[in-house]
Amino acid sequence: MRIKCPHCGERDRREFYYVGDAVALDRPDPDAGDVVWDDYVHNRDNPAGVTRDLWYHESGCSTWIVVTRNTVTHEILKTELASKVKEAMA
Amino acid sequence: MRINGKGLVDRSTPLTFTFDGHSVDAYAGDTVASALLAAEVKLVARSFKYHRPRGVMGAGSEEAGALITVGNGAGQDPNVRATMQEVYSGLETRSQNRWPSLNFDVLSLNDLASPFLSAGFYYKTFMWPKAFWEKLYEPVIRRAAGIGGLSGEHNPDSYEKAYAFCDFLVIGAGSAGLMAALTAGRAGADVILCDEDSIMGGRLNGETYDVGGATGQDWAASTVAELASMDNVRLMTRTTVTGAYDQGTFGALERVSHHLEDRGGRPVECFWRIAAKRSVLAAGSIERPVAFRNNDRPGIMTASAVRTYLNRYGVAPGKAVTVFANNDDAHRTARDLVEAGVHVAGVIDTRRDAPDGDGYEVYKGAEICNSEGRKALEAVTFRYPDGREDKLQTDCLAMSGGWNPSVHMTCHMNGRPVWNEGIQSFVPVDGTVPGMLTAGACNGVFSTHGALTQGIAAAQEALSDLGVKTAKADVPKAEDAPYRLKPLWAVEGKGRAWLDFQNDVTVKDVKLAAAENFRSVEHMKRYTTQGMAPDQGKNSNVAALAVLADATGRGIPETGTTTFRPPYVPVSIAAMGAGSQGIGFAPQRFTTSHKASVEAGAPMVEVGMWYRPSFFPAPGEKTWRQSCDREVNNVRNAVGVCDVSTLGKIDLQGPDVGEFLDFVYTNMFSTLKVGRTRYGLMLREDGTVMDDGTTARMGENHYVMTTTTAAAGPVMRHLEYVHQCLRPDLDVSMISVTEQWAQFAVAGPKSRELLNGLLAEEINSDSWPFMACGEALIQGVKGRLFRISFSGEHAYEVAVPSRYGDSLFRLLVSRAESMGGGAYGMEALNVLRIEKGHITHSEIHGRTNAFDIGFARMVSAKKDCIGKTMSERPGLVGDTREQLVGLKPIGVVKQLTAGAHLFEKGADPVRVNEQGYTTSVGFSPTLETYLGLGFLRNGRARHGEEIQMVDHLRGITTQCVVCDPVFIDPEGGRVRG
Repeated sequence: MRIKCPHCGERDRREFYYVGDAVALDRPDPDAGDVVWDDYVHNRDNPAGVTRDLWYHESGCSTWIVVTRNTVTHEILKTELASKVKEAMA
Repeated sequence: MRINGKGLVDRSTPLTFTFDGHSVDAYAGDTVASALLAAEVKLVARSFKYHRPRGVMGAGSEEAGALITVGNGAGQDPNVRATMQEVYSGLETRSQNRWPSLNFDVLSLNDLASPFLSAGFYYKTFMWPKAFWEKLYEPVIRRAAGIGGLSGEHNPDSYEKAYAFCDFLVIGAGSAGLMAALTAGRAGADVILCDEDSIMGGRLNGETYDVGGATGQDWAASTVAELASMDNVRLMTRTTVTGAYDQGTFGALERVSHHLEDRGGRPVECFWRIAAKRSVLAAGSIERPVAFRNNDRPGIMTASAVRTYLNRYGVAPGKAVTVFANNDDAHRTARDLVEAGVHVAGVIDTRRDAPDGDGYEVYKGAEICNSEGRKALEAVTFRYPDGREDKLQTDCLAMSGGWNPSVHMTCHMNGRPVWNEGIQSFVPVDGTVPGMLTAGACNGVFSTHGALTQGIAAAQEALSDLGVKTAKADVPKAEDAPYRLKPLWAVEGKGRAWLDFQNDVTVKDVKLAAAENFRSVEHMKRYTTQGMAPDQGKNSNVAALAVLADATGRGIPETGTTTFRPPYVPVSIAAMGAGSQGIGFAPQRFTTSHKASVEAGAPMVEVGMWYRPSFFPAPGEKTWRQSCDREVNNVRNAVGVCDVSTLGKIDLQGPDVGEFLDFVYTNMFSTLKVGRTRYGLMLREDGTVMDDGTTARMGENHYVMTTTTAAAGPVMRHLEYVHQCLRPDLDVSMISVTEQWAQFAVAGPKSRELLNGLLAEEINSDSWPFMACGEALIQGVKGRLFRISFSGEHAYEVAVPSRYGDSLFRLLVSRAESMGGGAYGMEALNVLRIEKGHITHSEIHGRTNAFDIGFARMVSAKKDCIGKTMSERPGLVGDTREQLVGLKPIGVVKQLTAGAHLFEKGADPVRVNEQGYTTSVGFSPTLETYLGLGFLRNGRARHGEEIQMVDHLRGITTQCVVCDPVFIDPEGGRVRG
């Protein structure tokens, strides 16, 4: 599997650390309530199809990347800097 | 028998090798198989289950008969296909799965018992009594049924792994692959051409027809020469592409030096990972045998293998050869043999409209129904269309049931091939591996002209995708014969007719599976073991499922295929794990004091990837405890020196670092004064403690964080995560400087005295109070000084650039020794921190929160931080929680152990009564007792209570008193000293 790091270009997946759903970017307010926090910390969808996950280019440029990919076809549809995605959410 | 004037072997370079201890003559360019055939050695192996005599059956990596063991001793290589092993002078080979010898094999008695050994025999027979399976049945069966074995010793050979990159990967260098590589190479693309053979050309080297006005062999050689002259083309022979993976990644096994007498330091094999933008599969096809009674005798081969031995190696595999076919292609074998002066006993063609022979007789519409000969083929019986039977004396049978495209790689990413009625086999579906095209015989196109044409087309399509222009290419003139075939899978009749030669699966077994309702192809495979041998069914799968289709009354397309998975050929674990054996299993990290510690006789222990000294033995000390006790006393009474460089060091700079740290730590860091250090606690977002450590403010916008050794990597990743994913608005830069700084703890009442001898400017309690930090000149070197303490003593940590680490460590230790102290290791470090009640990852082990460890007040109420909200959940605080406590033995038994369980005094020590557990223990020479840290339900309210520690594993029960986890100097007078 090869992932395109926005800084370094296409690299072997062994250079990356995988963490999970990019929902982690959307951190709730401290007073958002138990249900929201429970969802944020624990509950994850496991779709057969398109997912957005966070990958860390740990053996490379230390960049966190939002990878949009298809779990069925293994196709990688998009890679973006997580910092840019987060800034756009603001 | 050698045929003069034929073949590509080098007749000027004769050599000898051994097979089962006998010397065999060969020429450079021979394989073990070709040399054995030339020497008229027919019996080469014994089969898996019935121990039937077997010989060479093919000429490629799919070989199902001639499996041998190469070499001797620890590095012996089992199950090598004799058709792939090139000979060299001194090569040692052995037959396998026989005892005491290949000619007289005791277990060939299994063959006589064959009526009982059909599919499912083991499942049905060895069921009861249950206990017998593991102890009796399985060991006996495993010894009887088998192929070659490993030596059981450590493999002394070296293996390698490597990466390669290209625009266009060409898999297979037959006519299609060569033409694809040539087209792409001429266009300037970056090309890798892999072929598993020792020379490129594929079938062209085994055939006699012309390509582009030259012989096929010459055309292949000149094409390879042109490719070799191109800087943008990499030719990889002896390299089998074994698997297709995501995003154009391929696995490939290169047999680097299996063919060399003198390996000259080369690895045996190299496992490649090739990343290709585009690729073409030109893997060719494999000729399929026909199932008939006793079709497995040595001397029975595929028709194309006979041509390969004749045309490529100059070897006639028999003196009177019979051909058995259902297609035109196999007639080439007869023609080539006659041309070379070899007697052809006859061609038995199942088709009534078969072509006439030219110098040999054709028995049209006939079929072979049996063979004779014990250890080699002597005769075949065939049946005319009218039912009459006749016999031919023959020592070699060349059979062909047609060809199966090698579609395997197109299925590695879940693709399924489709049935093609015209060629009676499966062909690949486009696009099943993104970026990979198929060309030539693997695509069901069997003429040379068709393969060349498809090779050009594939290269043009792939390069056009990449935006590279290709020049118009002419297709070299080549044969374009139609592929005429009448399906034939199994000849009707009694007796055993083999499908899977390697696993001894017969037509009868497949029919039995169907009769017992194992009708799905996947069930049939598992019930009969069809296709589960080293050849993975390359020779037999299609025929087996044709037989299954017939037995179940379905068509072949409805029956479907089993799943082809990587690897295409067996790959040794040693190659895939190259570099990861022994000391290469994990990287080793050494501190700058490593050499000095080893010189001092310190046993080094692994701490993650780091190596740290366990203790520093002094003369006369016989146990580690003696050394540890002395080192603890040194620190408590004089001064000790310990390398703490393995702790993670993260340099953070920028105007917003204070705010950033406030967010990742539970406590405040923006308020920390320049020149001061503070202890911090870090949580995971779920409220559990992640790590702890001290952070120093070196300047207004400059902090240096330390992490625990174990969490250095995860904390770095976490900080980058928090910054990039949650707070990219903060102006912060960070980098790990763990390896850039050598850092030593100098601890004990005489620590300041020791340092003042080395510092440019003397320090005192006013200029450098507890938790002070800053730059310092140490023996003229610009370093850093922190007044922090893990031991609970008056202590400092002094840091210098790593290149000064070794000399500073030696200097500090010699000074300490002159002051009645010395170096201390991990054991003493651990005892010191237990005495002081300091936690490590034994306590913050991923299930404890700030409340549990008694640090609830460190979670600042004034701000949000990672983990704060979740740590406030009900159930994470209160008297039901197991809380950090200290433990001291008070009874007869004085020993405490880590990982033991805590129970109320007098309670039955069973699970339901469990109150907590111990996490860290050590013998304190300061207090002259064992001390323990642990977690006890509502523990902070139970100081003074008597409880029992029970270690069920080691059988220890100790009465303890619960106390505060800080055993010495709870007021902190010593650290401030």
